[in-house]
Amino acid sequence: MDDSQPTLDRATDDSGYATGDDAPFQSPVSAEAVRETNREATATAAIAAARATRGGRFRHVLPSRSGKLVAGVVIVGLITLFGIFGPMIAQPPRDSSNEALQPPSAEHWLGTTKLGYDVFSQLAWGTQGSLFIGLVAGIVALLLAVIFGVFAGYFGGVLDEVLTLFTNIVLVIPGLPVVMVIAAYVQNAEGLGPLARSSLLVALVLGITGWAGSAVVLRAQARSLRTREYVAAARVAGEKPGRIIFVEILPNLVPLLAAQFIFGVIFAVLGEAGLSYLGLGPTGSITLGTMLNDAQTGQAVGTGAWWWFVPPGLVIAALGAGLALINFAIDEVVNPKLRLAPENAKRQRRAAKAGRGVADTGAFA
Amino acid sequence: MSFYLRRVAFYLVTLWAAISLNFLLPRLLPGDPAAIMLGKLRRASGGRPLSEETIEAITSILGAGKDMSLWDQYVAYWGRLLQGDLGVSSTRYPASVADLIAAALPWTIILVGVATVISFLLGIVIGAWVGWRRGTWLDHLVPVTTVFQSIPYFWLALVLVAVFSVQLGLFPIVGGYDVFEFPAGPELSWAFIGSAVYHAILPATTIVLSSVGGWLLGMRNMMVSTMSEDYVVTAEAKGLTPRRVRTKYASRNAAIPSLAGFGIALGFVVAGSIVMEQVFSYPGIGKLMIQAVQGLDYALMQGVFLVITLTVLAANFFMDLIYGFIDPRVRHNG
Repeated sequence: MDDSQPTLDRATDDSGYATGDDAPFQSPVSAEAVRETNREATATAAIAAARATRGGRFRHVLPSRSGKLVAGVVIVGLITLFGIFGPMIAQPPRDSSNEALQPPSAEHWLGTTKLGYDVFSQLAWGTQGSLFIGLVAGIVALLLAVIFGVFAGYFGGVLDEVLTLFTNIVLVIPGLPVVMVIAAYVQNAEGLGPLARSSLLVALVLGITGWAGSAVVLRAQARSLRTREYVAAARVAGEKPGRIIFVEILPNLVPLLAAQFIFGVIFAVLGEAGLSYLGLGPTGSITLGTMLNDAQTGQAVGTGAWWWFVPPGLVIAALGAGLALINFAIDEVVNPKLRLAPENAKRQRRAAKAGRGVADTGAFA
Repeated sequence: MSFYLRRVAFYLVTLWAAISLNFLLPRLLPGDPAAIMLGKLRRASGGRPLSEETIEAITSILGAGKDMSLWDQYVAYWGRLLQGDLGVSSTRYPASVADLIAAALPWTIILVGVATVISFLLGIVIGAWVGWRRGTWLDHLVPVTTVFQSIPYFWLALVLVAVFSVQLGLFPIVGGYDVFEFPAGPELSWAFIGSAVYHAILPATTIVLSSVGGWLLGMRNMMVSTMSEDYVVTAEAKGLTPRRVRTKYASRNAAIPSLAGFGIALGFVVAGSIVMEQVFSYPGIGKLMIQAVQGLDYALMQGVFLVITLTVLAANFFMDLIYGFIDPRVRHNG
């Protein structure tokens, strides 16, 4: 603000509520302009006052809804802690000595399954299993997205055409059916041994099929970055393309990379849940999806055993929502319009309500 | 015109890639699906030897081992595909894969199609409104939609069934129509359509609830961005009514990226509804796919996978054509 209109703003900032009675009259300006300046001054003062009341002058620099970020980090953090430490304190997840199909009680916080497994314990192990798959798949997908997106965007030309064509093809071919088909073949193949139905393999398949959307986003941003002057300068200085990508371009993509990684994790956790529900998940380990599969085969819905199928879904939804909230906060950093426009609209509305000469109808009220 | 040519070329290449993927998957992945499939078929036919024709169909779909070069197999595969021959199902022996798919496809297309259109329109309209009223309490609605987006389709379906069908008894638990009332299968009558619509309410609700958040969020964010464009300020300064600014200037432009992303989002909806059909035992293509995968009915699985891919491609292509019509810029900047 100060940069665009230095004289006017500084005058109004200094005068504040003093409405510029003395300063403007020293210069030969018309009465019209004075009235304008007055309005400007009141509006600015109103904004300043609003800012002051809402906690500190740095408030407008930080993400205004950092509440979202905090909520997201807390949710994801709690679930992660549960996934790490839950299995240590809970009883073995496949201990069938308990009574079957017990509703939640003091002894079994979330009840037991048809086979007498403790649901709380299953949930802890399942959370761990799902988080592992989400992380591995997210990393694989991010690596592929960087290769196909950033390389294509940076190098351009024929390489870009080929990589982009491939990305777009992968993008339009629906992911889950591909995963189902691959899983159906691989899991029944002989010679893969214990790997065939491991969660690592499920994670790899989900990662390999889930990168295309991120690649498109990264490519667009890399294309715009490569025309920046500091990248041109690095090129002129004789830096190798690999170094330019990793030292000049990737650091500027960090918010986007983080957002895409989070998307990848959400996608993988949801994908794993779907696959496992259909009976294509890992057999050796417990995940939230295999829990839901057990609940399905155990007729949990028909018998009203809600404590069996509701918790895993809630954990998935909470994890997804927490990650999405973090992404939201990142989004508002990457695209300041999302943060500033609602703030400005809010301020203007408040000023209009206070009768400070701002139009109180229309698009900006 | 070069925009349309480019799009047609892209979809032809994608079509070729999808069919080649369908050809390569059973051949390149470890295992011998053709042998498994032939064994299943032999058992399904009651131990009688299979006809030459059936064996040939299966080997050309799933791989013929070392007797034939990969290229010859590829040519044979295309030949069979162009005749519309997708082999025989082992789980529903002796029905042909093509017939099974033809019976199941309309269920999914109508259900997913109608639910997606409803969800898209709802998301665009509500998103435009929330974006217009940016900076008010409505902004707090936005994070709530992300929760819905993160819920697995099939879990939401489970909860809906548990509440509305099992507890309250308002809706049927499974199926696409009342099998007791119509034991002969689908027929063209008002009673049957009514039964089908009644059975489709919960599945459709699942799709709408799970997918509306994405549209809403995207539209809201674009609306907020669009509202700070100069042409919106100009429209406002001209003294146009807020309604006109909202509908003719802001919403229209803000909706364009949502339309562009329609095809990609469709992939997610299709994926979600495949799993969801399992919950409702809906007689659609997803249920067929799951049956095929669980019964190791590889011929049926390959056929369903191919048809799902082709349908999604067709929908994408259709959206691209509309998009070129709505936003002339993409036609010129291609």
